[in-house]
Amino acid sequence: MTTAATPKKLTTSAMIASFADPGQRTSSAPFGHALSRLAAERPEIVGLSADLAKYTDMHVFREAHPDRFFQVGMAEQAMLAAAAGLAEVGMTPFASTYSVFATRRAYDFLCLDIAEPGLNVNIVGALPGLTTGYGPSHQATEDLAILRGCPNLTIVDPCDAVDIEQAVPALADAPGPTYLRLLRGAVPAVLDEYDYRFELGRAAELRTGRDVVFISTGLMTMRALQAAERLAADHVDVAVLHVPTIKPLDRDAILRAAGTDRLVVTLENHTVIGGLGESVTATLAYAGVGTRVVPIALPDEFLVAGALPTLHDRYGLSTDAIVAKVRTELS
Amino acid sequence: MTERIDRIRQAAHRIRHNAIDMAEAQGQGYIGQALGVADLLAVVYTDQLRYRPGDPDWPGRDRFLLSIGHYAIALYAALAEAGVIPAEELPSYGSDGSRLPMSGMASYTPGMEISGGSLGHGLGVAAGMALGLRHQGNSARVVNLLSDGELDEGSTWEAAMVCAHHGLGNVTAVVDVNALQADGPTAGVLRTEPIADKWRAFGWHALRVDGNDIPALVDAFDELHEHRDSPSVLVCDTRIGRGVPLLETREKAHFMRVDEHEWQIARDQLEEGLSR
Ligand SMILES: Cc1ncc(C[n+]2csc(CCOP(=O)(O)OP(=O)(O)O)c2C)c(N)n1
Ligand SMILES: [Mg+2]
Repeated sequence: MTTAATPKKLTTSAMIASFADPGQRTSSAPFGHALSRLAAERPEIVGLSADLAKYTDMHVFREAHPDRFFQVGMAEQAMLAAAAGLAEVGMTPFASTYSVFATRRAYDFLCLDIAEPGLNVNIVGALPGLTTGYGPSHQATEDLAILRGCPNLTIVDPCDAVDIEQAVPALADAPGPTYLRLLRGAVPAVLDEYDYRFELGRAAELRTGRDVVFISTGLMTMRALQAAERLAADHVDVAVLHVPTIKPLDRDAILRAAGTDRLVVTLENHTVIGGLGESVTATLAYAGVGTRVVPIALPDEFLVAGALPTLHDRYGLSTDAIVAKVRTELS
Repeated sequence: MTERIDRIRQAAHRIRHNAIDMAEAQGQGYIGQALGVADLLAVVYTDQLRYRPGDPDWPGRDRFLLSIGHYAIALYAALAEAGVIPAEELPSYGSDGSRLPMSGMASYTPGMEISGGSLGHGLGVAAGMALGLRHQGNSARVVNLLSDGELDEGSTWEAAMVCAHHGLGNVTAVVDVNALQADGPTAGVLRTEPIADKWRAFGWHALRVDGNDIPALVDAFDELHEHRDSPSVLVCDTRIGRGVPLLETREKAHFMRVDEHEWQIARDQLEEGLSR
């Protein structure tokens, strides 16, 4: 082949992109396994996918319970409408696609067929926020902003495999509709090192600290814990409050966390518009708390394509970027 | 073989070469799809489409809309063959800072008319372009390459009705039927056949050909070119990995894995195929 004059650059390789650090402990397809286990006990659980079973870990369920898996083809609107229909007749569907398609393409169906009747449909969106380098078509940077405005909907942004495994039965038990920001493939396992259990609607203090409090959700909790560790070496004492349920928000826990003179930093894998940061800010302002909040989030722009580590650095989601930001704020 | 067919065949060969080089640089990718559509892209870009390689924004150009963003590797290979982008840029495919992202986007690449990635958008945009061009008295044609997977999306059929209702004879849809989509063979994911009959029922002039048979493609495009009373669709049955037996015979996969040492074998097999 013609030789490239330029040095080798990182490549997108989006289908295998993982945000796990090299050597990190991971668990394979935790969602698919958790759903399969649950379905073994609960005959009303069914799975659907829109030509993305293989890419949303739903293939594990499909193999375990082939008679309860329904492939609808690449038709996300039909999938969510059909999930509503299944729930109407007493089944409990988990319907998976990428977050961008569940929210942008099929939102009308999610809103009116599922959320308005308050059906127990569990929507599973892969590639939330910035977890692929494919560019805006696949980067669901505003899924929380779209969905937070939807009445009745419970929204969960898990940190890791532990969160996902424990969230799946809780989502099935919740009587109304839910949206899970799926982490797929080899998913890091982090939270089992802490005294932690996933509880729907509850935030959890994973770490205490006197100087700074991180209020974080999703995979950013993993980064928050790493950053806290690094800052401890600089004698900066950082607390971490993990907020896996974005809606309904654990307002009491947030008010408690922000009700001190520590620096408050929110961390989310989502645009700075309409996600955790603004939820926390609104919670504080509505309660008359005038604390300043430092948001760590994606910028309000269409992101570029590229390798995931490059993009996490560029847009401030990497552990290095978090540490640098906190140092600047404290200096 | 006529001179015209031979010229297209050579172009298709270079397009395949380009695609293999790019896929190797990325280490993986949608090489199976790219090899499958190389023949039809060669016909479109070296025999059918009206454009100025050095002026991708020329208002008189025919518009080629790639619905399927993941097929960008194939279109970059063809755009290099067409002289729209320099061949030297191809190895940057999918790399940080490249103008050639894995998923095609109009804002990155000259000659890329629309952004793909979210499937099922192309035909609707084609309808709007065709309405606008016709209104402006511009005789340019709008060609939309879509995949069999995109036939699952309701939006494709909504747009098909818009085109038919408005008698958009300046629209040509080309459907790559490689019988595959993300979760496996199309027949098992969602039945789409009978494809040509569906388009006809939607008011389209439909032809179906072997998408790897260059003379058949040329005849079909020539016929569609004459047809201006209604939108036209060319349904192309293509073979994944076409031209490289190693990949043609591999289990079909939406995202095909190719080992490092296999790229040279692929290139050698491609050469053997041309000399045969
Ligand atoms: C609206 C939308 N839904 C889902 C996807 C994910 N996806 C990417 S390619 C693909 C398969 C579509 O079928 P086709 O284009 O025929 O696939 P191929 O022949 O390349 O295997 C899917 C489901 C997408 N890109 N856009
Ligand atoms: Mg296909």
